[in-house]
Amino acid sequence: MSVPGSPAVSSALHECSVREAAARVRRRQVSSVELTRAALARIEAVEPRVGAFLARCEAEALAAAEAIDRRVAAGDDPGPLGGVPVGVKDNICTAGVRTTAASRILESFVPAYDATVTAKLRHAGAVIVGKLNCDEFAMGSSTENSALGRTRNPWDPERVPGGSSGGSGAAVAARAVHAALGTDTGGSVRLPAAFCGVVGLKPTYGRVSRYGVIAYASSLDQVGPVTRDVADAAVVLEAIAGHDPADSTASPRPVPAYQDGLDAGVRGMRLGLPREYFVEGMQPEVEQAVRAAVRELERLGAVIEEVSLPHTEYAIATYYLIATAEASSNLARYDGVRYGLRVPGQSLGEMYERSRAAGFGAEVKRRIMLGTYALSAGYYDAYYLKAQQVRTLVRRDFERALERCDALLTPVAPTTAFRIGEKVDDPLTMYLSDIMTISVNLAGLPALVVPCGADGAGLPIGLQVIGRHFDEATMLRIGYAHELASDWHRRSPIP
Amino acid sequence: MSEPAASGAWTLDGYEAVIGLEVHAELLTRAKVFCGCSAAFGGEPNTNVCPVCLGMPGVLPVLNRRVVEFAIRAGLASSCAIAPRSRFARKNYFYPDLPKGYQISMYEQPLCEHGWVELLVDGRPRRVGLTRIHLEEDTGKNVHDAVAGGSLVDFNRSGVPLLEIVGEPEIRSPAEAGAYLRALRSVLQYLEICDGNMEEGSFRCDANVSVRPLGATALGTKVEIKNMNSFRNVERAVAWELQRQVRALQAGERLVQETRLWDPEREETRSMRSKEHAHDYRYFPEPDLLPLEVPQEWVDEVRATLPELPGPRRRRFERDHGLSAYDADVLTQRKDVADYFEAGIAAGAQPKEMANWVTTEILRLVRERKLDDALVIRDWPVTPAQVAALSQLVDAGTINRGTAKQLLPRLLGTDDDPAAIVRREGLAQVSDRGALEQAVRDVIARCPEQAAQLRAGKDKVIGFLVGQVMKATGGKANPQLVQELLKAALAS
Repeated sequence: MSVPGSPAVSSALHECSVREAAARVRRRQVSSVELTRAALARIEAVEPRVGAFLARCEAEALAAAEAIDRRVAAGDDPGPLGGVPVGVKDNICTAGVRTTAASRILESFVPAYDATVTAKLRHAGAVIVGKLNCDEFAMGSSTENSALGRTRNPWDPERVPGGSSGGSGAAVAARAVHAALGTDTGGSVRLPAAFCGVVGLKPTYGRVSRYGVIAYASSLDQVGPVTRDVADAAVVLEAIAGHDPADSTASPRPVPAYQDGLDAGVRGMRLGLPREYFVEGMQPEVEQAVRAAVRELERLGAVIEEVSLPHTEYAIATYYLIATAEASSNLARYDGVRYGLRVPGQSLGEMYERSRAAGFGAEVKRRIMLGTYALSAGYYDAYYLKAQQVRTLVRRDFERALERCDALLTPVAPTTAFRIGEKVDDPLTMYLSDIMTISVNLAGLPALVVPCGADGAGLPIGLQVIGRHFDEATMLRIGYAHELASDWHRRSPIP
Repeated sequence: MSEPAASGAWTLDGYEAVIGLEVHAELLTRAKVFCGCSAAFGGEPNTNVCPVCLGMPGVLPVLNRRVVEFAIRAGLASSCAIAPRSRFARKNYFYPDLPKGYQISMYEQPLCEHGWVELLVDGRPRRVGLTRIHLEEDTGKNVHDAVAGGSLVDFNRSGVPLLEIVGEPEIRSPAEAGAYLRALRSVLQYLEICDGNMEEGSFRCDANVSVRPLGATALGTKVEIKNMNSFRNVERAVAWELQRQVRALQAGERLVQETRLWDPEREETRSMRSKEHAHDYRYFPEPDLLPLEVPQEWVDEVRATLPELPGPRRRRFERDHGLSAYDADVLTQRKDVADYFEAGIAAGAQPKEMANWVTTEILRLVRERKLDDALVIRDWPVTPAQVAALSQLVDAGTINRGTAKQLLPRLLGTDDDPAAIVRREGLAQVSDRGALEQAVRDVIARCPEQAAQLRAGKDKVIGFLVGQVMKATGGKANPQLVQELLKAALAS
């Protein structure tokens, strides 16, 4: 692919935040086509090292960019993301563009419809330049479960980008796109954000429509932005949030203007440190960086206090019952009958077995089997029902803590990005990567991850801010205050 | 459950029948239950479909409010309690006509519970309990052998709203099973929520059948029968299966819990799958839909729109119109027929006269001309006012019944007034004694043999002689008067 334009200009353009890029397009200082070409050139340059994309859509992106440029030329407002190149996780449907969920079974699937978030991105003027790699059906914490590609951490190609939205984290960190969408079922936006040193936001369950998002665990899934700074996360969240008549679980609450009051500061805020999240065995640098960030917020006027979330230890078990139960049902539609991979057999049953055996990877099969078991006659009460009861307890823990506190502060993961292959043979250890993010999904709460440090090897460390239900605004304000007082978000792994 | 067998109960060699029916009724909403596609029956395969009812990746169901309203109507009409909060659940199994790999149904928290249906058994009303009524989505349809070596699937029906109506095992005979289904269908048709067409599959029935020694309270081993696509087939399948079970028990066999298919060609049930091969449906609450909240105000609103139902209407017809239980039942099984009847009364017809016209002539014409659209009679052959006018002309003695019946076809599809035709064409019956006496004398003269027989007391022959007079007067003579005159002439 040849991309016109001098490297210097490209470099400047791909470094822009979403806000700056959109402002430049609106002021006609740069065209969306130029921005898009710059992004495509950057992708071309970094992809060999990162491998964030499963599909690039140059032609569609340039056509969309041209359309934006025409609107700008006609004096129309191109929207808050007007002309800005973004990437979309490949479990989010994009009309006319292959959407695979990183699975063999959907390797050739081209949806005829946009997910609501995709349509909202387009409506806000965003230019979708490609589809981002992830763990198959968003099941995983390292993106190693992708059946269709390997994504590497831009900070260290021997390490994982986190998962499951590893492509989203890596692409934003590598400055290949200005922003990306990920999905978060147990930490899948936040872990890659932490491992890649970018901002990741998991909205309140119901804040963002799930229509057109390939379901993993319906009662836990949420789409969220991955961006380079907090204000960009506010912009993208505002663009994708809101009621959707196509999703009964999407809340009708009005969407606030998240950028307003971002800079109001944290003075007088009460921020809780859950005792259970500062555990033994944590990588010391992670704890040090998070505690330093907490001290900084305290210096800015926040009141810090320790709180307890006593049911934290049950979160992983609870999650792996509920999520797998829902997944076992959600993934039943991939049966070779209507779309996706079909491997013929002598009988209907054999066709099902062969198609699903060939189409699903090991981790997906493991979770389907776990979930099927949890829902089976005679086990339902002991597993699924019990897990739902514990889920209520976990939620109450948070509600109690958040009665006193405006938000909670925690690490995102016990360690920085681990090595590729390090945990693939040990699913349990892999599951533990999500120990600090999973409870938030069980409770349906919003959480924001911002970069707050680096370990000795320069690998990023993230701070998690957990907010009250539908109070993304406070969470963003805290993240923004932290960001103003630090430079961690400015670090870039690839020049 | 342990009530003594009713008079019409089925028994065989000391065994009685325990029958419970499950009905699936397709609702007549315009749109499907979880998407905006048309729910109309038929259509070119896979034309009434969208990503949602095809189960494409990432799509979500959105509940059609009208479907819930229809279910509430059904619940109220069958005296069920309407749950203020119910829940959809997923029923998981693999089949090509089931696009998502699960059916959205209701399980632990159904919308309606604890109701009953009233039916007439041997002319006497009886109640059969309803366990529950819940909402679910229909599946697509597998079309076998449509292509060489394979099957195709038509998803037009996928997502069409269904009511599952589960009856208590309180039915005691095949005939009662038929009466229950007719009564239930009648209620749904009155509510205008289901067209009740068994052949097209909009009203489907599975039967749970077992037998037990008379007087026993415990239930015997139950067998589920499927594939019965008419009321008659249900009655025959149940009867066949009851007999099979009794004979098996008598032969010392142990019955197994299983699903059997009715084969209407061979008139027998055949084993389809046993309990060991039964599905584990792994029900769990549907996370894509919020719990269904039905506030009392909504229930009251729906209740206010309910029509008079067949049972109360039947009783009113008996009471107010002095009809027999049989006539009242025939006239009230369908709302449009009952409405037609009452429109005739309003236009001045005598109830008994109107009932005779409707149950004989009018419904015959409807059948012959296939004007019956299952739920509604699209086009009545004549208006109720025309029937009322005919019956009034007969009542007043202006025309005789024969003339009235001959007039009927001429009214088809017109708004002609029968009285005007009678006037215009001089069809009024001749009640002029002078004119008729002459005709009577002529016939007696022409048929001396029959006249002699009548004179000798053979009353049967009077019909023949009246007929001859009628013929001579072009059918217009007043038959009562002719009879009177004949007797008078021969007695003298």
